[in-house]
Amino acid sequence: MAAPTIHELTAAFARGEQSPVAVAESYLARIDTLDGRVGAYLTVMRDEALSAARASEARYRAGAPLGPLDGAPVALKDVFCTRGVRTTCGSRILESFVPPYDATMVERLRTAGAVILGKTNMDEFAMGSSTEHSAFHVTRNPWDLTRVPGGSSGGSAAAVAGGLAAGAFGTDTGGSVRQPAAFCGVVGLKPTYGRVSRYGLIAFASSLDHVAPFALDIVDTALLLGAVAGHDPLDATSVEAPVPDYVAALAGGVKGLRIGVPDEYFGAGLDPEIDRAVRAAIDVLRDRGATIERVSLPSTAYGVATYYIVAPAEASSNLARYDGVKYGLRVPGKDLIDMASRTRAAGFGAEVKRRIMLGTYALSAGYHEAYYGQAQKVRTLVRREFEAAFARVDLLAAPTTPGVAFTHGDKADPLAMYMNDVYTIPASMTGLPAVSVPCGFNAAGLPIGLQLIGRALDEPTLLRAAHAYEQATPWRHRSPALG
Amino acid sequence: MAESTRYDTVIGLEVHAQLSTRSKMFCGCPTTFGAAPNSQTCPICLGMPGVLPVINRRAVEFGVRTALAFGLRVNAACRFARKHYYYPDMPKNFQISQYEEPLAEDGWLEIDTPAGVRRIGIQRLHLEEDVGRLVHEGDFAAAQASLVDYNRSGMPLMETVSRPELRSPEEAAIYLRAFRAVLVYLGVCDGNMEEGSLRCDANISLRPRGAAELGTKVEIKNLNSFRNVQRALEYEVQRQAEALTAGRRVAQETRLFDADRGTTRSMRSKEYAHDYRYFPEPDLVPLRLDPAWIEQIRAALPELPRARRQRFASQYGLPPYDAEILTQSRALAAYYEAAVGVHDNPKAISNWIMTELLRELGGDDEATVAKAPVSPANLAGLVRLIDEGTISGKIAKDVFARMLASGEDPVTIVRREGLTQVADAGAIEALVDQAIAANPKAVADFKGGKAVAAKALVGQVMKASGGKANPAMVDRVVQEKLSRI
Repeated sequence: MAAPTIHELTAAFARGEQSPVAVAESYLARIDTLDGRVGAYLTVMRDEALSAARASEARYRAGAPLGPLDGAPVALKDVFCTRGVRTTCGSRILESFVPPYDATMVERLRTAGAVILGKTNMDEFAMGSSTEHSAFHVTRNPWDLTRVPGGSSGGSAAAVAGGLAAGAFGTDTGGSVRQPAAFCGVVGLKPTYGRVSRYGLIAFASSLDHVAPFALDIVDTALLLGAVAGHDPLDATSVEAPVPDYVAALAGGVKGLRIGVPDEYFGAGLDPEIDRAVRAAIDVLRDRGATIERVSLPSTAYGVATYYIVAPAEASSNLARYDGVKYGLRVPGKDLIDMASRTRAAGFGAEVKRRIMLGTYALSAGYHEAYYGQAQKVRTLVRREFEAAFARVDLLAAPTTPGVAFTHGDKADPLAMYMNDVYTIPASMTGLPAVSVPCGFNAAGLPIGLQLIGRALDEPTLLRAAHAYEQATPWRHRSPALG
Repeated sequence: MAESTRYDTVIGLEVHAQLSTRSKMFCGCPTTFGAAPNSQTCPICLGMPGVLPVINRRAVEFGVRTALAFGLRVNAACRFARKHYYYPDMPKNFQISQYEEPLAEDGWLEIDTPAGVRRIGIQRLHLEEDVGRLVHEGDFAAAQASLVDYNRSGMPLMETVSRPELRSPEEAAIYLRAFRAVLVYLGVCDGNMEEGSLRCDANISLRPRGAAELGTKVEIKNLNSFRNVQRALEYEVQRQAEALTAGRRVAQETRLFDADRGTTRSMRSKEYAHDYRYFPEPDLVPLRLDPAWIEQIRAALPELPRARRQRFASQYGLPPYDAEILTQSRALAAYYEAAVGVHDNPKAISNWIMTELLRELGGDDEATVAKAPVSPANLAGLVRLIDEGTISGKIAKDVFARMLASGEDPVTIVRREGLTQVADAGAIEALVDQAIAANPKAVADFKGGKAVAAKALVGQVMKASGGKANPAMVDRVVQEKLSRI
């Protein structure tokens, strides 16, 4: 039986048919039983969750719930700062870090009445596509425990897919929500850059980091986005535009929508089963009344290379603060520089070190222009190509990933791992909203994701099309057989 | 200094001014000086994971105000950039500063030097955040531990870089004084060098007299007073001149001034220079300034020290020295003008301020002048009492002392204490008659041709009146009465 969605749960709470406390307890019990096999969580917030659930239940009893997320059991990637609850970012260097503040999105979720079950596993500092680079343990894909859930938000994706949370949040920097959503057969939405405040999100690459929800369906996705979206005076890059009612905007279908299919997303390297599933999904959209046309985004080929300059460059800067002086791990040394070196040597994993070195190099005197400068130019080029495409079409449709979930250790070569992001990186670099929605399974029963990309701040159209597709297909009714 | 005359000195100054905003550059923490260590910090200025900076609008306004005062071009858009280096007093291990796109560029400051007026170019002005402060246990070299106070971390700083157009250590000190005076006038910085509100680094090079090409530049840090700026540069001129004369190369390096020894010593050479890996701060969007806002700030600019000094000299007929002293601070100048507005005797009021008031106040900054127990109107009232002959200059000193003590107005004091000069002709005639009757010898001497004998009689009258008789009237009446005898 498929796990309940958030909107089903909170509707049941409102009708008095289910209790937020009992539901929270059942999720916590499920985590106790199953998470040893999945490894979705780094920290389970049992007491906090139950106390939030009790407060929620009291509100329902008083007939004054906070809204459609009141009592919803959700999980947060361990990249979001939670007041009084350790926030590790999947790293030894922050293993003992307890933030004295909530991220803005955490605060907004609490205000909406959400029950936070815990903090989920991730690739260290969100650097990776498999959640194998967590300093603590790997996370397994609920559809096949020998496979990765994707990454870097693999813990959150696995939690939602495995029924260990009704919804979750991750961060998407180069595809870190859409790719695990595709691998785990759930919905993952990367909103427009600036739509959701980044305050309290531990930075990997500031110009690319997005707060992004995972859900079992599009209605839940719209609810979760609506709860956290909106301007935040603490984030200068957050957008001041008003927040629409995303759920209300789901009605209407795709009739008359122009959907572009970029040639470059269906080339060599794409798994034929995914090719077929995505083309079939596009046919469904056509059948429902959308106009499909071919478009070209030739700079796609430079996306991965560009991303792997910009993201490490920003990371090398953002991660400079972890030096053992103020918080987190400290390894003593003979002087301050020695202490910082030893702390960083012991506290960061290999992938993080690799990216710090890449980024430091890309920003160094003499190389700055050739790498960082050039990457910024390509980024502008990619942005212009998308603008040109969106002059003709309302949405773009493409695969989320070139392949399905791979087995642990399969992509030990960093470059092979990086290529996994080839279809998700362009929307990251342009800041455009993009959603991965389940569009079928391969012969081995592994989920496949359809990616839709929209215009800046046009999440309503993006979600409306995803919703129409979801309603026309059976995929959301299948769940992994975890137990 | 003999060999130094063979060389031209080229100096440029970088001045860091801490802006007098209430909150820090990128967070809401207060900026009060001297608070308990780490009491004025938050996750943002501590550089904790996940926090983001937000630009302090007031700091930008102060930067624009300063830029306009020095005639710099305020850029329509500017950007913040990250400057990277590892140091424990810098929480993020990068400083948010401005690099390729500063707030303003290309202005100048006119300074009055012994050689005449000189216009010194100002290359750029940018905003940045300050770092924390390391406190070493005991001696730096022997210290077993260092403590960090992050109260200063994130304080708003404004850096201005002059063009290398200063020609002597003395000129550098004059520039810095004039620069400070403008900042204080603008109300953007308190100018306190001891507390580190104003800090200065100097770049200095020497070249053979008349040569076109610049010599090797040395940067001197840690110049925390006007005197030390001049002393450090004088030492450097000497040191570099000796090196060049001996045929040695001057190394491009950063040197630290040792105020105790009066010398500079090498801190780091260019070979070890940091690669700051600047790149645009991704957490802040480019800052676009509304031209109307800039014009508003321009329209509200106060009269600057040099212009005010010139105006004081011409409008009030003051000697240059008076004009200079009275315009040192905006508060004192305003005090002066308020007093002159009440009673029109500019020079006498200037004298009272410079000799009596400043001696009592012990300073001329905003806060001190604001606390002056004698208001401008009361000081003007005192000068008026003298000018109208109600009290003598001597009595006025006593009245001023009472005004300082009580804050009362001079008319009240004079009336209550009966300090008014006796200017009643009848009363004075009676006193003179008594004096003449009591001093026949003086009268005889006067009649015998000793004119000074009249002075003795005047003295007697003044004594009998308790000093309150109007001296001029007494003098006239004595002369009249004696001539009639």
